[in-house]
Amino acid sequence: MAIEGADLMKAAAFLGAGIAMGFGAIGPGVGEGITAAKACEAIGHNPREAGLITRTMLVGQAVAESTGIYSLVIALLLLFVV
Amino acid sequence: MSIDLHLSVTMAAYAGAGICIGIGAIGAAVGEGYTASEATLATSRRPELSGEIFKTMLVGQAISESSSIFTLVISLVLLFTKLPAVSIVSVVVPLAAGLCMGFGALGSGIGAGYPAAAACTGIARQPAMASRLNTNMIIGSAVCQTPSTFALVISFILLYSNFSGHPAAPTWAAILGAGLATGLAAIGPGLGSGLVAQAGCEGTARNPEQAKTATNTMLLGQAIAQTTAIYGLLVSFILIFRSFPPSDLLAPPMGLLAAGICVGVGAIGPGIGVAMAARSAVAWIPRNPTITNELIRTMLIGAAVAESTGIYSLVVSLVLIFVV
Repeated sequence: MAIEGADLMKAAAFLGAGIAMGFGAIGPGVGEGITAAKACEAIGHNPREAGLITRTMLVGQAVAESTGIYSLVIALLLLFVV
Repeated sequence: MSIDLHLSVTMAAYAGAGICIGIGAIGAAVGEGYTASEATLATSRRPELSGEIFKTMLVGQAISESSSIFTLVISLVLLFTKLPAVSIVSVVVPLAAGLCMGFGALGSGIGAGYPAAAACTGIARQPAMASRLNTNMIIGSAVCQTPSTFALVISFILLYSNFSGHPAAPTWAAILGAGLATGLAAIGPGLGSGLVAQAGCEGTARNPEQAKTATNTMLLGQAIAQTTAIYGLLVSFILIFRSFPPSDLLAPPMGLLAAGICVGVGAIGPGIGVAMAARSAVAWIPRNPTITNELIRTMLIGAAVAESTGIYSLVVSLVLIFVV
């Protein structure tokens, strides 16, 4: 019974980790993609400022990445800590 | 094989935490990405204003981030606190809390990205209005976040209420319905309020003299868009705090669960529709200030009609709880 219990807990933890990282990857993907697309358009409008635009793009993408990192943290906690 | 109750509660907590952060992470990321995209476009148009645009982008993204911080908090609470295990209701509570906060952060996160994007574009267009644009962005995004704060409140109430006095049989469905009601109802109004705020910021940049009127109409439109989220909150409170008679049949629990789904999903359409009406009105007031009254009147009539199905779902939800 004790082995079955630990097995079920691991099962639920794996399921939670999968859902957390799976769905959590959608948002940053879409958001950072939109950012990159508009950045290309921006450089097309004003090629001289490519460096500044790229920098702004990277910072914006880093902030959008943060929620994906949260999902990764929760997933890793579910896999290895709890 | 009988599953130990504590084990079931822990399993539900893990699944709930995964759902919560998984779905909740989508909204803020998409919204922040959209903000950054408009900021890069604005920077290309006016590179000398890049510092101001950058600051506005970061502030706007921070407000968008707040709803996903709420989901992170609920996820960590679900992972690391020991929840009571009394009956099957205790198993449903973490799932309901996770669903509630996960869906609750979805709309608000995406919605708050829109005013920030419009503020960045507006600064490139009209640098003198930078501080006014920042203010409008913060006000609009804050209203946008209110449905996710509703979801946070309901999640905490679900996690920390004592349901031991209630009979297990219909209460498990009431809890799940309560979580879904507020969580799903937050999607439409959150997204919609962001669309209205986007028009508010854009209008302020286009015609600074009409800033006050644009802001007031923006707040009016956002308030109407929020009503369906309040319906969801109301139904959640009823489902949590009303004591239902014990029942062994299948119909009463399904009725309570359906009530939650009904008001929750039913809030998505009116939330976005009313917001689109308000958005057009707010966008056109700065373009043609002489017809402000006609625009507001048309906006209110159109929003009322768009709201009608939201009221139908509230009525059906209440009928499911009280009448059948």
